Formats: sequence, structure tokens, C-alpha cells
Amino acid sequence: MVAAASMIFVVGVLLLFIAWNGIRLFVVDHESLTLIFNPTWRPLAGDNEPVLFGLLPFLAGTIAVTGVAIVIATPMSVGLALFLSEVAPNWARRIVQPSLEMFVGIPSVVYGWIGLTVLVPWLRSSFGWLGFQTGFSLFTGALVLAVMILPTITSVSYDALRAVPQDWRFASLALGTTRWQTIRHLLIPASLTSMATAVVLGMTRAAGEALAVQMVIGSAPVLPSSLTAPMSTLTSQITLDMGNTTLGSTWNDALWTMSLILLVISVTFVVLVRRLQGKRTWQ
Amino acid sequence: MRRALIADRVATAVMWAIAAATVLLLGAFILRIVWSAVGVLSPSFIVSDPQFLGLGGVGPLLWNSFYMLLLTLLITGPLGTAAGIYMAEYAEENRLTNAIRFAQETISSVPSIVVGLFGLIAFVTVLHWGFSAIGGGLALSIFNLPLLARLTEQALRAVPADERTGSLALGATKWQTIRNVILPLAIPGIVTGLILTSGRIFGEAAALLFTAGLGTPTNYHFENLNVFDPRSPWSPLRPATTLSVYIWKTNSEGLGSHVAEIGNGSAAVLLVTVLLFNVGARALGSLLQRGMKIR
Repeated sequence: MVAAASMIFVVGVLLLFIAWNGIRLFVVDHESLTLIFNPTWRPLAGDNEPVLFGLLPFLAGTIAVTGVAIVIATPMSVGLALFLSEVAPNWARRIVQPSLEMFVGIPSVVYGWIGLTVLVPWLRSSFGWLGFQTGFSLFTGALVLAVMILPTITSVSYDALRAVPQDWRFASLALGTTRWQTIRHLLIPASLTSMATAVVLGMTRAAGEALAVQMVIGSAPVLPSSLTAPMSTLTSQITLDMGNTTLGSTWNDALWTMSLILLVISVTFVVLVRRLQGKRTWQ
Repeated sequence: MRRALIADRVATAVMWAIAAATVLLLGAFILRIVWSAVGVLSPSFIVSDPQFLGLGGVGPLLWNSFYMLLLTLLITGPLGTAAGIYMAEYAEENRLTNAIRFAQETISSVPSIVVGLFGLIAFVTVLHWGFSAIGGGLALSIFNLPLLARLTEQALRAVPADERTGSLALGATKWQTIRNVILPLAIPGIVTGLILTSGRIFGEAAALLFTAGLGTPTNYHFENLNVFDPRSPWSPLRPATTLSVYIWKTNSEGLGSHVAEIGNGSAAVLLVTVLLFNVGARALGSLLQRGMKIR
């Protein structure tokens, strides 16, 4: 019991430490709370320009890159889950399932490295006409993330589809529907809340991923304006700056505030997943 | 009617295409990493020390990865199994259990970089350990603990109820039943889970950047078993860059003319090791399972 309860202790201390350091920007440095929605990040003063620690570029960046990654990964993952549970003959399942497990096992730095050495040069040289000037972009980051969250969304969706009683399928097919009609009108509606859970779990992973994203996103602290332009996320900026700033400086405190925002996002997702799991429509 | 049939065909084709694309992507991924490491990878690359601007090797970094894994397993192994046993066998549906589950889910979804930052305050700053292997190991333990607890719990719950009732009917106490009947039956599941999570620990980087640090002593003498000597490879109180952190570091510093080679070589070593964990977990799991059936 002590071992299990130690997890509560760890979470408590973690929340406390991050929360305290996260509010230092406002409590100790007396910056305004509106900084969270300020679009200007200027950690070093310029001519007649004071320093300004607007956090919106990173918050918006995280939302944008997570959103695009989800848009790319969800159809693929649901298709893959449907394939595994409804279509695949045994031999195909025996190939696809271990492949997905290997995708899970590949370390995120390796994803970042491949993104950097394969995807970035390729986008730059072959798709420059689309606006990829450097190859580092929101889209590159989202693509790398999409591959990383593909197995997560697939496996949860697959479990959801497997949980639909076999009789329902037989009943539907006995009415003369095709397999696709059964999928569209029976299986997908029946497992919709679980698939939503799957997507939220994918978002959790995408929003929190740091190094892989930092390596390909271009680290430009500006509001995301186009799919093809470099930008920054909460995680990428923390990764980049935490080592170069002095503990206790306003700049450093701003990074801690970013990590508090990240923590709030991920706790929100946990609560959301709990909600979704609580209101499964059948079972 | 015809349209429905055509739609069915098209949908089936699309699903096959997605599956094929996924497998091909994985294949291309692995091939690319292995291929680009050809010419870099050699026994000396794997064992020798890194150099400031030259190609060097990854010996100490690879060692650090394994060493950190060892530290993490020493911490989370007993704790995670104990927590899993409690959750599967003793926990009642009350508010404490609910709180533990919530904590478990929360840690699992906290971004690893945030865990690393927590380690930076807790171990590096508050406890004055500086960047240390043990700080990194503890940070890794934070998200390995709930994972291992859940895997143990699942493995225990998968043991058929008959085994339990049979043992209890023979007059065994609850703890005797757990220790002599349920735990041995759950071992294959626990071991598989342990190795799979090891793969994850081995490749983790974000949580280590600010806990184990971006530097490491080199020129290891493994016969130096003095754990308080910061030059000993066995010392937990020294900075310890792991292989995955090294890939990120080399790339972000971008110094020297061998950045690409170092990255390619290290990525290949890392990937192969992690895949070995993956395959090993499966093989060992089924081996233990078979051994159990014979007995």
C-alpha cells in the first residue's frame, strides 16, 4: 500500500514544485498575467524595446502542431484499427501488429533525427514551391508527431472495436449490409467515445513531446502563421532555453510558467479521458 | 445497391493501403537508419570515448544508458511490483484507491520534459546533487513506476480465479496464495512488461537533459568500484549523458564536421538496442510461458 500510495506523494510534490516555480513569473517578478496571451517574445532588450515575455506564440504553437498531427494521424489510425479488427487475415495481422509495437519502441530522439536528416531536406528540395523555405516547419513537426502517436490511437481504437459484441456484426450483416456499411453505421458509432479517448491520448503525447519536435520545428518564437513556416512550441522553447538561462531570472521563470501550462494541459487531458471512459454508451 | 458494393470495395482497398503503408514506413525507417550508419559503425565506435570535434565513439554514453537503466530498475522494480500486487489483490474500491489511480494516470501523461524539470528542482537544486546519474534514474523512475505497477496489476489479474480459490481452499493464507501460486503464474507477464518498459527508459532523453546533465566523465576504468569516486563508471553521483541525450546534444551544438556521422551511428546503436529489447521481451515471455506449461 505504501508503494502504491507513494505515487500520490510523487504527483503531489511534482504538482507543487512545478506550480510554485510556474507562478514565480507573476508573484516574484510581478509580471502581468496577460503575458500568457501576449504574442511578443523578446527575451533580450533591443533599441528602445524593453524585454517582453509573451507566451502566446508557444501556447498557440503547441495547439497548432498537436492539432495538425491529430488531423494527419486520426484517419490513418482508425483505418489501421479497422483493418486489424475487421479486414485483416491472420497473416497480415501478424505483420502489422508487431510493426506497430516497434513504432512504439523507437525512441523519440531517433524520430527527431530521421525528421531532421530525411524529412527536412526532402521538404526543402522537393516542396520548396509550396513554401518550405528551410524545411523546418509546423508541418514537419506535425508529421513526425503523427507517426509517433499513430500506434497510440490505433491500439486504443482497436481495443474499442474488439469490444463491440460479435453478435451485432452478424445481425447487421444478416440484414444484407456490406462490410463497409456495417463499419460505418454500426461499428464506428458504437465505439465513438472510445475513439475520442484514443484521440485525446494521442494529443497528450503530441503536446508533451519535446526533443523530436524541437529538432524539426525551426524554433522561431512567433505566432504560427502558415503550415510551411518555422515556429516554436512550449516544449521546444523549454528544451532550447532552460540550459542557457540563470535560475531565478525572469527569462527562466517564464520557461517555468510554460512548463506549468504544459502540466495543466496534460492534467486536463487526464480528466477528459476519465470523463469519456465514464460515459461509454453501452456495456 | 451497386454503389454500396463499390463503396465496400474501395473502403477495403483503402484499409489495405493504409496497413501496407505503415509496414513499408517502418521498413524504410529501419533500413534508412541502418544504411546511413554503414561506414560509421564499427567496434571501436561502440566502445571508444567521444572526442570534442572528431568522430570519436559512444562507449561511455552507451554505458551510461545501461547504468541508468539499472538504477531505474533497482528503484522501480520492487516498488512497482509491490504497488501492482497491492492494486490487484488488496485495494478496495474506495477513495484512496481512486486517488492512487488518478495519480497513476496523471504521472503517465505528464510530459517527460516536465518530469525532467521537476528533477531539476528536486534533485539538482534542492538536494544539491548537481547533475547526477541517480537524479536521472529517479526522474526515469517517476514515470516508470506507474507503468510497471499497472503491468504487474494486469498480469496478476490475468491469473485464472480457479488457481486462487483452489489455493485458498487448501487452507493457504492470502499472502501464501499470492507468493506461491499467483505471483509465479504472473511472472511471464511481469517480465515481458519489465523489458518493454526498459526499452522506453533506454531511449528516453527529455527527462534526462536537466537531471543527468549534458556531460559525462570518460576514460572509464570498470575495476574502479568505489561508488563515491566521481570518475568511477559505477558512481551514481556523477553527471551521465546517455546515448539518446548525446544524439540531441551533438545535433543542437552542431560542432565539428562529424555531426551527421555521430548522429547516424548513435541512432543506429540506439535503435538496434531498443529493438533487441523488444524482440527479447517477446522471446523471453513465450519461453517462460512454455516452461510453466511443462511444469
